[in-house]
Amino acid sequence: MSIEATGWGALLLILAMALVTLATRWGGVYVMSFIPIGYRVKQFIHAVSGSVLVALLAPLALEGDIGARLALLTTALIMLLVKKPLPAIAAGILVAALVRQFTA
Amino acid sequence: MPSADSELHQLDRQLIWSGFKQLAPISVFVIAFGAAFGLAAKQAGLGDPSILAMSALVFAGASQFAALDLWGPQVPLFTLLITVFAINARHLLMGATLYPWLSQLPTAKRYGVMLIASDANWAMSMQAFTRGQPGLGLLFGGGLALWSFWVFGTWLGMAFGNLVSEPRSLGLDMVMGCFLLAMVVGGEKNVRMFGIWTVAAACSLLAYWYLPENSHVVVGALAGGVAGLVWREPHHEH
Repeated sequence: MSIEATGWGALLLILAMALVTLATRWGGVYVMSFIPIGYRVKQFIHAVSGSVLVALLAPLALEGDIGARLALLTTALIMLLVKKPLPAIAAGILVAALVRQFTA
Repeated sequence: MPSADSELHQLDRQLIWSGFKQLAPISVFVIAFGAAFGLAAKQAGLGDPSILAMSALVFAGASQFAALDLWGPQVPLFTLLITVFAINARHLLMGATLYPWLSQLPTAKRYGVMLIASDANWAMSMQAFTRGQPGLGLLFGGGLALWSFWVFGTWLGMAFGNLVSEPRSLGLDMVMGCFLLAMVVGGEKNVRMFGIWTVAAACSLLAYWYLPENSHVVVGALAGGVAGLVWREPHHEH
């Protein structure tokens, strides 16, 4: 089913997107309210919470362009050295910008 | 694992304001990212009210960019919604991982703070809990910062698009990636966590290569969760 992306159609599409996204924001909390939180469940969600970002970043780190990969490497190194997120992030972005000036 | 029975779930004006201030520096980058979205949306043919409505109501950058790829005179509704769901399904896991603390709040507040949960404020909030500090102020206050800067950035890009005509060449597409990596590196590090990360990264990559598009975050994170069940922390009775 296709919807015409003009006027009300566009608004309808955006509302539908918003509802689906809201369902993802609320759904996990809702489902958990039926699950008794014991030791195993705690271990599981703790491991999941440590894994979400890694799973998000892995393809970017491996499949991204050289600018993206060096940006991530820089951020990781500076974060390990300085332990402050802002300089680490700023340096990563700077490296991506510089590398892309020379490789583009 | 931090225990949820202390006062870590508190959420008051002061904590929210402090969360807002802690996320404000990163939100400056979010403006640039939002501006890139505003411009791209304009180029994809969306009207100004639609662009602002999307950033304000959906508030999930990656899925908004993906929606632009599907945008045309006719938009395939189900393809759009499945794509949006797949990209945003990680919110399900975020909500679940926050549950031990959210469950201490009254229902309206519990779902209210989740309205603006996203990667950055969730990560900050979980890190605070791991350190034994209250995290919900970061989630909600930080979310308010991210949301307002995101909408403002979208408007900037829509109105003065040529300011950031090539966000990629300025490295702006890496803002979230670098931020989230800084959270990972700054977070809990031990042999067990490295093991879990390895499983998560490997499964995410396999899903990225061999499973349907956009499934890799959820697959990798759940695989990491299973790894955490197999390799458990020494058991302390609760």
